[in-house]
Amino acid sequence: MTAKADTAEQNDETRAMTGAEAILKVLEEEGVEVIFGYPGGAVLPIYDALFKNNSIRHILVRHEQAAVHAAEGYARSTGKTGVVLVTSGPGATNAVTGLTDALMDSIPVICLTGQVPTHLIGNDAFQEADTTGITRPCTKHNYLVKTVEALVPTVREAFHVAAKGRPGPVVIDLPKDIQLAETVFPDRVAGVTERRYQPKVEPERALIRQAAEMLASAKQPVIYGGGGIINSGPAASDALRELVALTGFPTTLTLMGLGALPATDKHFLGMLGMHGTYEANLTMYHCDVMLNLGARFDDRVTGRTSDFSPNSKRIHVDIDPSSINKNITVDLPIIADAGRAITMLVEELKSMGFKPDKTALDKWWGAIDNWKKVNCLSFDQTGEVIKPQHAIHRLWEMTRDQKVYVTTEVGQHQMWAAQYFGFDEPNRWMTSGGLGTMGYGLPAAMGVQVGNPDGLVIDIAGEASFMMNMQEMSTLAQYGLPVKMFIINNEWMGMVRQWQELIHGGRYSESYSASLPDFIKLAESFGMKGLRANTVDDLDGVIEAMLAEDGPVVADIRVAKEENCFPMIPSGAAHNEMLLGPNDKAAKPVSEEGMVLV
Amino acid sequence: MVIKEQVERHTISVQVDNEPGVLARVIGLFSGRGYNIDSLTVSEVDTTSRQSRISIVTIGTPLVIEQIKAQLHRMVPVHHVRDLTTSGSHIERELALVKVVNSGEKRIEALRIADTFRARTIDSTLSSFVFEITGNSSKVEAFIDLMASLGEMEVSRTGVSAISRGATADMPISHGAEE
Repeated sequence: MTAKADTAEQNDETRAMTGAEAILKVLEEEGVEVIFGYPGGAVLPIYDALFKNNSIRHILVRHEQAAVHAAEGYARSTGKTGVVLVTSGPGATNAVTGLTDALMDSIPVICLTGQVPTHLIGNDAFQEADTTGITRPCTKHNYLVKTVEALVPTVREAFHVAAKGRPGPVVIDLPKDIQLAETVFPDRVAGVTERRYQPKVEPERALIRQAAEMLASAKQPVIYGGGGIINSGPAASDALRELVALTGFPTTLTLMGLGALPATDKHFLGMLGMHGTYEANLTMYHCDVMLNLGARFDDRVTGRTSDFSPNSKRIHVDIDPSSINKNITVDLPIIADAGRAITMLVEELKSMGFKPDKTALDKWWGAIDNWKKVNCLSFDQTGEVIKPQHAIHRLWEMTRDQKVYVTTEVGQHQMWAAQYFGFDEPNRWMTSGGLGTMGYGLPAAMGVQVGNPDGLVIDIAGEASFMMNMQEMSTLAQYGLPVKMFIINNEWMGMVRQWQELIHGGRYSESYSASLPDFIKLAESFGMKGLRANTVDDLDGVIEAMLAEDGPVVADIRVAKEENCFPMIPSGAAHNEMLLGPNDKAAKPVSEEGMVLV
Repeated sequence: MVIKEQVERHTISVQVDNEPGVLARVIGLFSGRGYNIDSLTVSEVDTTSRQSRISIVTIGTPLVIEQIKAQLHRMVPVHHVRDLTTSGSHIERELALVKVVNSGEKRIEALRIADTFRARTIDSTLSSFVFEITGNSSKVEAFIDLMASLGEMEVSRTGVSAISRGATADMPISHGAEE
C-alpha cells in the first residue's frame, strides 16, 4: 500500500497507512520540523517512512545521548518541543542520561523509541529492554503503544504533556509490529488530547493581591527568578523587566534563569548560590521579603537550609505544586505559570498605585552597593598565562554585538561562563543545571544551531567534558553546523580538582586529564578549523579567527591549570559564609556535615 | 528554618486510569523518593472509564505528606488524590484470612475468640480453621495477636481500603453510566 502513497492525496483523511506513516503525519500535525535520531532494527519502518517524507528533517547523531541533548538545545533555544527517534534496547538505554537531564531542567522533549514486536516483549528478544520500566522515573510520562489505534492519540497526548505545565521529557515506546500495522489516521477531536492532563497555569487574583501587598510593605526586598521564567516564553522575561523597572527591587537569577533580566540591568545582582555573587547571596540572606519566580530552592542555591534567608517572608510562584515547601517553607505559595503571575502582579501593583518605599529602598541599595564593592568576581590576569575567567570575559566582550547562543559542559568552565558571560535575552543560555551532565554542551549546541541557523553558537567547554561526547564533531561536520567549540583547557577535571584541594587535603585522585588529543589535529581530522591560544597575547587573535570562520571551529584555550572558581559557598555552609578567594579557604574549613554533601 | 515535626499516619485515596504500569508508577514514586508505604490496596472500581482506586497508608512528617500528595497529583494517569486523614472523618477496613493449626482446648478457644470478633469460619479440618475477619487495622491486629498464642498460624491481609463518611461522593465513578 505504500506504493500508492503518491497518488493517495485525494483521499488523505481516510486512507489506510502504516503506523510508521501515521507517526510522521502526526508529528507534522504537531509542527515538528526536525528529528534528532539514530536508526536501528526496531525503528526501520519509521526510517523507511522518513525516507519518503519531505517535510521533516532528520539529524543523524553519533550517539543516542547526544540526540536527546541536541533536542534539549533545540527546545531551549526555540521554545518548541524537541523530538528524538532511537531504536530499542541500547538506543533507548543510551538516551536515559539525556532524558534525566531534560526532566531535571524541565525541558519539553518527545523521545520515540523502537521496541521489539508486541508478541516478543518479555522474551529477552534481541535488543529488547524494558524501556518504559527503565524510563519511568526519568520522564514526565511514558507510554508503550500496544495497538495501532492508540498510536496517534498517544502521540498527541504526549506532545501536550511534554509542553504544558512544568515541561519535561516524554517517551513513546513503539513496538515494530505497530509501526507496520495498517491504520486509518484519526481526526483530532477537540478536548480529547487535553482531557487527562490539565495543569493549573492561571494564578489566583487574591493571592497575587496578597503578594503585591507583601511587596509594598517590604523594606529589604529581593526578586529571585529561575528557569520557570525562561520556560514560560519570552513574554515572561519582558514582564519581569517591567516588574523590576516598576519596583526598583534588586534581582538575582538562578543558573537556569540567566537572561530573564539583562545582565546589564542595574538592578541585576548576578547569579546567586554556590558560585553566585557576594552581593546576590548577601541580599538573599538579609532580605525581609523574597519573591521567588519560577525557581525551586535548589540545594545549589540555598546552601545550608537552616540558615537560608533567616528573616524573610517568602512568596513562591511555581507551576509545579510539588515544588512548594519541598526544600524551603514559604509564606505565600502561588501555583501558576511564572509569566502569567508576573504579568498579573504588575497589573495589581499598578492598580494599587504602588510606590516603593523610597527611603527604605535607598538604604537597602546602599547596603547592597557596599557588598558590591567587595568586587567578588575580580581576578588577577597578570603574566602571560591565560586566566579562564579572562578568556570567557573576552569571549563575551568580543561577541556582544552578535546573536550569540552559549551552551556549556559541566564544571568550573560552566560556572565561569555563568559568571563572566552576560546574557541580555532569554533562550540564549543552555546549560545542564539540575543533572550536571558532562558532555551536554556539544550536542546541545548542535541542536541550538539546527534551530537557529543564523545564530552564533558557542559551546564553552572544559577539555574533560568535551571528551565525553566529542564524537558529535562528526555530526557537525556532516551537516556543516558552524558551532564554535571554545575549550577552557586546564588539563584537569577542574571542579573535581578544586573540591579535592579544598575538602580532601589536596589528594588529586584520578582528576587529571591524561592523554589528551591534539585538539587542532582532532579538528582537522574532521575537516574543521583548529586553533590554539597558549598565552594571553594569543587570546584575542584566536577568538577573532574563530568568529571569522564560517564552519565549525575547535579553539583550544590553554589556561591556568590550578585556578579555582570563586566566590564559593562551601557545601554545608550558609549564604553569609562565602569563600571569596584562595586566601579565604584556610580560614573557613568545610564542616563534617558539609563533607557528606555533593 | 528547620521545623522539627512528628511523623503522622495518613490514609490517601488515589483514583487512576487502570492502564499498564500505573501501579509501578505510584510505587516507584514512593521508593524513588524515600517515602514509606505501610499498606497499599488497588482494584478497578470503574469498569466504564477503566479507573482504579488505590488506598495507601503512609507515614511521614506533614511536609512529606504534602509532598507525597503533590507528587501523586502531578502524574498524568492520576485523576483524584484525597487525604482521608485530613478531610473529615472516614472509614477504614481491611480483611484478613487467618489460618490456625491446633487441637484440643486451643481449638475451642480459637472458636470462642473468633465469635467475639465476629470472624467467620470459612474452612475447617480436624486440626485447623481458616477465619475471615474484617475491621479496622487495630481490630485485625488484635485478633491475629490472640490467635498467635493458639497454634501455628498463617495470615493473609488485604491492607487498608478506605472511604469518606457522609453524603458526598468525593471521588465519583461513572460505573454503568454509558452502558
